[in-house]
Amino acid sequence: MSELLSITPSPFLSVLVWFLLLTVLLYIARQPAHRLLVSLSRSLRNALRLSARSVAQAERRLAERNREVLLEQGREAAERQIEREFQRVEQAVNDELAQCPALQRELRERITAIEEDYKKSIDVPPEPPLWAQAVDAIAKIPAKNEPMVARVLEDIHTSMVKANDMVVDEFRRSSRERHLLLVKMMPLWRQVISLLQKLDRNVESLRERAQVVDRHMQHYKTLSEDTDRAVRMLSSSSLTQFFISGLVLLIAIGGAMINFNLIARPMQEMVGGNTLLMGFRAADIAALVIIFVEIALGLYLMEALRITRLFPVIAALNDNLRVKMIWVTFFFLFALASIEAGLAYMRELLAQDDAALVRSLLSDEAMVVDSAGRWITTAAQMGMGFILPFALVFVAIPLESFFHSSRTVLGLLGVGLLRALTWLLRLLGNLAWYLGSLLVHVYDLLIFAPLWLERLIKESRRKPEEITAAQTADH
Amino acid sequence: MIRWLRALALGSALILLGACAERGANTQGVYMLIDTSGTYTKELEKAQHIINYVLSQLNPGDSFAVARIDTSSFTEKNIVAKVAFSDQPSRANQEKRLFRDTVDNFVKTARSSAYTDITGGLLQAIEYLNEAGTGRKIILIFSDMQEELKKGYVRDLPLQLDGFEVIALNVTKLRTDNIDPREYLNRLAYWQQRVEAGGGKWRVINDLERLEPILR
Repeated sequence: MSELLSITPSPFLSVLVWFLLLTVLLYIARQPAHRLLVSLSRSLRNALRLSARSVAQAERRLAERNREVLLEQGREAAERQIEREFQRVEQAVNDELAQCPALQRELRERITAIEEDYKKSIDVPPEPPLWAQAVDAIAKIPAKNEPMVARVLEDIHTSMVKANDMVVDEFRRSSRERHLLLVKMMPLWRQVISLLQKLDRNVESLRERAQVVDRHMQHYKTLSEDTDRAVRMLSSSSLTQFFISGLVLLIAIGGAMINFNLIARPMQEMVGGNTLLMGFRAADIAALVIIFVEIALGLYLMEALRITRLFPVIAALNDNLRVKMIWVTFFFLFALASIEAGLAYMRELLAQDDAALVRSLLSDEAMVVDSAGRWITTAAQMGMGFILPFALVFVAIPLESFFHSSRTVLGLLGVGLLRALTWLLRLLGNLAWYLGSLLVHVYDLLIFAPLWLERLIKESRRKPEEITAAQTADH
Repeated sequence: MIRWLRALALGSALILLGACAERGANTQGVYMLIDTSGTYTKELEKAQHIINYVLSQLNPGDSFAVARIDTSSFTEKNIVAKVAFSDQPSRANQEKRLFRDTVDNFVKTARSSAYTDITGGLLQAIEYLNEAGTGRKIILIFSDMQEELKKGYVRDLPLQLDGFEVIALNVTKLRTDNIDPREYLNRLAYWQQRVEAGGGKWRVINDLERLEPILR
């Protein structure tokens, strides 16, 4: 190759000749080469810009879709909340206002009793005896110095005093009775006040619920208006839900791992300790399957209880079937929890057996097993084995939130990625365009000598006025 | 969610389909040869210690056999104890206890033999471990590795040790080795060459205080 390039004995001369040859060739091919470079860069830029536009459209569509999904989810959640609130209001009306007739009847009875007591307690002054006027007439008889009259008057006086005492006694007695009646009225008044307060509380509770419903309705109305504020609010809420539910799911995974460790070892007794399935121990897979079944049962239970809404089929079941499903899933969960408690107990026994065997194999000393306090770990393991399946039931709640919010989060991520891709494509398009221009200039730089000559020749052919005009234009 | 559950069901089905093929692939088989020739019978307590250690390390599903090296070792009669442990851990523990008792009885009643047929023992070990079909095959040789064959015994045949690990344990130095250490080194080199020529891996462990490398 070097021999071919060395066209003269002197390398410098060879390079110079080649340079001149290439310069001439490049000068001849200048126009087509420029067109090629410009056309290449332009087509590259157009292709990239077209791609960027498509990606931007996809991003817009995805953003719109995200917005629709977000608003739909928000509306659905608001509907659920309103539905729940209405159910609560209905329950409150059924529970509390249903007592109103009874309360009213009770109030009427109390008021009647108070009225009767009141009537009984009216103070009626004792009437003077009817013969008191006759006595008064006799008392006005003038012959007072007559002993006969005096004795009669004395007798009358004594009778009068006696009658007076009797009347006073009677008055006092009736007054006491009336006072007693009034004292009896006090608890009735208190009962009436208490009943009225209860009625007031019921009405107040209903009023508060109505306010909550109003608030939810307002929220629902905002969502229905498809405003940007509503979308931002829902996005923020979704992200919060995503991270919180993710955190709770991590905790649940921790719980599931503890559960796995509790039952994996004793499962070897059932399915063998050294059998592999797809590279994993059969006992480990069996333990995992049990945990997954528990989680699945938990999902069904939560669905049947209408706490979550992952399976529309379960939510659409009639109430009788749903209640049956609740009991069936609870029964299976209870059975699995009991099995796990048994496995946890077996695990402890196996661990003790292993420890005893290793000790007897590796040490010459007589085997002494300190069993004091062993029951605590055994009981703790059994307790955990029983409780953890029920605890895993509640995974359904964060799982539902996680799935729902992950749709939004993934959508936001997708939009972000598409936006970044659009920016990158535009950048590359522009770079291609400027690279084309740069290459054109580099090309001209390589053939600066013939270009300079061309310019000189052209200028020499032009008239002096044209040159001056061109120079002025250059400046 | 339903799609996810379907994938899980499909995965479970695939797992069940491929279930039986891998049984035994992760098991290990250990065959221990114990030299009972001459004065080496005095070392049997050490061998017992190693056997107990190996027993403590083996898992359910593993296989273990102990055989003595004497005048003619290529025979099942030389196997002192052998067991393929059950898959159930509790039953495997019971089997380990029985195995230990058998070995204890052997150690108490072992008599020294006039000759040392190590090659015969190795052939027997290869046969046993191949039949056991374990994933990992280990032959432990508790001996000074000085082979002495009775007249008429033919043992100069190649060993098929592909996939085997052969570990020489407690290779004691003989009186002559002390005079000329080259004899000891040559002896070890000879066995290493024979094992590696047969496709096996060769190791020597003389420090019996640290037995962890045996099943590593």
